[in-house]
Amino acid sequence: MTTPQFSAMEPVLEVAGLNTLFATPEGDVRAVSDVAFAIARGETLGIVGESGSGKSQIFMSVMGLLARNGRASGSVRVTGTEILNAPVAELNRVRGARMSMIFQDPMTSLNPYLTVRRQMTEVLMTHKGLGEEAAAQASIEMLERVQIPEAGRRIGMYPHEFSGGMRQRVMIAMALLCGPELLIADEPTTALDVTVQAQILDLLMQLKRDTGMAIALITHDLGVIAGLADRVIVMYGGRIVEQAPVRDIFRRPQHPYTEGLLKSMPRLDEHGVTRLQTIGGQPPNLQNLPSGCAFRDRCAYAFDLCAAERPDLTSLGEGRARACHLPQLGEVA
Amino acid sequence: MTAPLLSVNDLKVHFEIGRRGLFGGARHVLKAVDGVSFDLRPGETLGLVGESGCGKSTLGRAILRLLPLQSGRTVWLGRDLARLAPREMREMRREMQIIFQDPLASLNPRMTAGEIIAEPLVTFRPELKRAEVKQRVQAMMAKVGLLPNQINRYPHEFSGGQCQRIGIARAIINEPRLIVCDEPVSALDVSIQAQIINLLMDLQAEMGLSLIFISHNLAVVRHISHRVMVLYLGKVMEIADRDSLYANPLHPYTQALNSAVPVPDPDIERAKPRVVLKGDLPSPLNPPSGCPFRTRCPRATQVCAECMPALERAGADHMVACHHAAMPDRP
Ligand SMILES: Nc1ncnc2c1ncn2[C@@H]1O[C@H](COP(=O)(O)OP(=O)(O)OP(=O)(O)O)[C@@H](O)[C@H]1O
Ligand code: SF4
Ligand SMILES: [Mg+2]
Repeated sequence: MTTPQFSAMEPVLEVAGLNTLFATPEGDVRAVSDVAFAIARGETLGIVGESGSGKSQIFMSVMGLLARNGRASGSVRVTGTEILNAPVAELNRVRGARMSMIFQDPMTSLNPYLTVRRQMTEVLMTHKGLGEEAAAQASIEMLERVQIPEAGRRIGMYPHEFSGGMRQRVMIAMALLCGPELLIADEPTTALDVTVQAQILDLLMQLKRDTGMAIALITHDLGVIAGLADRVIVMYGGRIVEQAPVRDIFRRPQHPYTEGLLKSMPRLDEHGVTRLQTIGGQPPNLQNLPSGCAFRDRCAYAFDLCAAERPDLTSLGEGRARACHLPQLGEVA
Repeated sequence: MTAPLLSVNDLKVHFEIGRRGLFGGARHVLKAVDGVSFDLRPGETLGLVGESGCGKSTLGRAILRLLPLQSGRTVWLGRDLARLAPREMREMRREMQIIFQDPLASLNPRMTAGEIIAEPLVTFRPELKRAEVKQRVQAMMAKVGLLPNQINRYPHEFSGGQCQRIGIARAIINEPRLIVCDEPVSALDVSIQAQIINLLMDLQAEMGLSLIFISHNLAVVRHISHRVMVLYLGKVMEIADRDSLYANPLHPYTQALNSAVPVPDPDIERAKPRVVLKGDLPSPLNPPSGCPFRTRCPRATQVCAECMPALERAGADHMVACHHAAMPDRP
């Protein structure tokens, strides 16, 4: 496997100092804290972490889709343009056209009461100013591209008339209509059966190759990351705790949490049955984060400094960074 | 070989589905489980894998005889369950327990952790004194890794992993011989998943439990099971000891499942050969004729549409149902 090189050109997405808070009756929830990263053109960035670690809310902030009680601050630039907290009209020029998002449940992006044809052509007519016929033609081509058989006939169907895997494809086709430079995929295969998941992952791989589009792939499945991502961000308690090229994450994790995650996973290719290593305890409460390192009460290596001071995300060179007070960790076999 | 704890023979669960409106309507039969047979030995874990609609959960419940519409023979320690008197059946129920996927939803929100765990004990041993019950409950809590002083807390005050521990404590309090685990770790994060898997394996070693472990996660099933059964639309495609099934899968469906699971290693994952199946799973309401897998099978021929292949022996502890099963590698 070769590590692809990404151009030093302006990134598709540049996030800096992102903080996302939710106001609740019990106090503020710090869903995202001081998050910064960039995605290069054509790059696939994987975002992993446990449930509640802030993966989705980073991108809901990016897309301007936060729930009403949420507030984001910091900076989000899409191909150079600042869009965080921009007015809806401005956001609408970017969403769909330059970046679009797909979800675990396709019905969050599809309207159950309209045919797929109506939903797809409408997007092209508003964003690209195409006429009805041209829009329909382009929509059918997009459905064919995501490998929906008999696209010309099926475009007249309603979303519920498609099977689970096909509906996922329809949602992907919708997201790709305006040729976005960045596709944000939030757990796109989590709800699917494993053989159908394999089909969708194959499709994403092909699209990535053929269109040169960048992908932000949010998932809790390290296997999915291993197959698709060029670079990986590991989230814990709303912060980035490690960032590295995909091979380094799996071969030489530098944060105790990443290391723990890899070791606690049963693997299809494991030899003999050994006891799984576990990470003790529970994920942190974002309403009441501990002092110092948020991982410290579950960390096997924690020492005095970990409670006293929060480790900053520090560069290790070679595109790697991590937030931990320890000296660098050794190599994993 | 040890005598089986449980012997299931030609188990079928057929649900009638139909619009029962004023004028009636077409009735369909959904064959959720269709002729499943297997043995389970004491202390053994049998993994059940398959995708949605393959009948895994229905089979799990049918084994415990929790479903009304079922046929087939279930023999428990040499005795046919259908012939037991109600009182004997009650005793048998004590020996078979179940834990579920959604830990929080499967616990009664108005009962405390202590009450939830105590319930099966109090039902079977109503004569026990309160202090004794409490002591047993706290012992169970300690055993599954809960703090005994959390006995008066309610389910919503626990995390998902802790709720699953409550479910396990409740399942083991009457010292059962068998626990059916229906996707017990699927709703949990990876780090918590590992804790629960280790706990189940420890309890098995300590108590000599048999487990039926239902999961769509092939890696988890491989880790915990001694033998594995692969189901597709209510039928057994392949059943074998763990190592044969994973090292030498013979059924094209097992092979496809195996190759579809993403391996957490970028070099292996990107280089591995894949069998990507066509299409989605067919509806269990309208399964294909003959072999139910034939519509997605890369090896299907005419005969596959005509008749369902029998489950045939392919190795010492290896059975496969396929007209074109790959031949086992011979050393
Ligand atoms: N509207 C809201 N009000 C309050 N808290 C919220 C709201 N939306 C999200 N949160 C909280 O923000 C935190 C981060 O959530 P997020 O959805 O980003 O997690 P995630 O990493 O995507 O998890 P999962 O893997 O479960 O999808 C969680 O603690 C969540 O409970
Ligand atoms: S900073 Fe301390 S507690 Fe946090 S991960 Fe590093 S060693 Fe563990
Ligand atoms: Mg999420």
